Amino acid sequence: MRFGVIRFPGSCDETDAVQACERVPGCSATLLWHGDADLHGVEAVVVPGGFSYGDYLRVGAIARFSPVMESVIRFSREGGLVLGICNGFQVLCEAGLLPGALLPNTGLRFLCRQIDVEVVRASMPFTADCAAGERLSIPVKHTTGRFYAPPDELQSLHAHGQIVLKYAGGHNPNGSLHDIAGVRNEAGNVLGLMPHPEHAVDPLCGSADGLKIFLSMAHAHG
Amino acid sequence: MRARVLVRPKAGILDPQGVAVERALPALGFEGVANVHVGRLIELDVEDPSQLREMCEKLLVNPLIEDYEILEDASA
Repeated sequence: MRFGVIRFPGSCDETDAVQACERVPGCSATLLWHGDADLHGVEAVVVPGGFSYGDYLRVGAIARFSPVMESVIRFSREGGLVLGICNGFQVLCEAGLLPGALLPNTGLRFLCRQIDVEVVRASMPFTADCAAGERLSIPVKHTTGRFYAPPDELQSLHAHGQIVLKYAGGHNPNGSLHDIAGVRNEAGNVLGLMPHPEHAVDPLCGSADGLKIFLSMAHAHG
Repeated sequence: MRARVLVRPKAGILDPQGVAVERALPALGFEGVANVHVGRLIELDVEDPSQLREMCEKLLVNPLIEDYEILEDASA
């Protein structure tokens, strides 16, 4: 599978995301420039972490209107796999591809730590290589990661099985409602999560659990 | 025309910045302060003020988490 990883001005995790994709056997990855609407035939898109457009106005608010994002929105409507990590999650929420919004952490501090997330749904296309209830050790690093959705939308997320990952007991670092760490869209082909699986793909860095997300995507693609 | 857009966190959503400021003021001797919320002020010159609402809905505000108010200053 050919992954495309977007690079916005202010992205900082795109090279780690490329390396994570390339660790999946049979997969390659290429960078996609934010100003270029051409997705160059990639088969899955990763919207990486960082501070796109300086996080000005609101996190993700300006990146959402970049030329490449218009193509990503079309790509997702056609069923293409889209993974948004941290700032990428914020961009996908702003773009309306994912429900909810990310708000400042309750503690107002930038957090950078290894945490445990629990796989709520082990299924295609993002978590098929995990077991339901499995704990993944993955780092978080953000200031604006508190997942929020209005009560009716939260209910709908539960009802439609859209909560894919949650922080394990005692590991919710930011005050996210219902300990939500990652949600998918209703169709199931778009996932956003605050933890950084691309930083956890080698035991040398403390954990290789994050690789399972990228492996799952490749297996879903077949 | 000069316009101002006041953006506030939606009522009922935890506003940790407001809470932090509310706790800091009594520490400086200012008593009797409650319901502090921190928002954003956007000032802009616009040729067509009728577009302001759409600007807010599309870019300036996230209506899921924020409320806004448009103030137009005809004298400016």
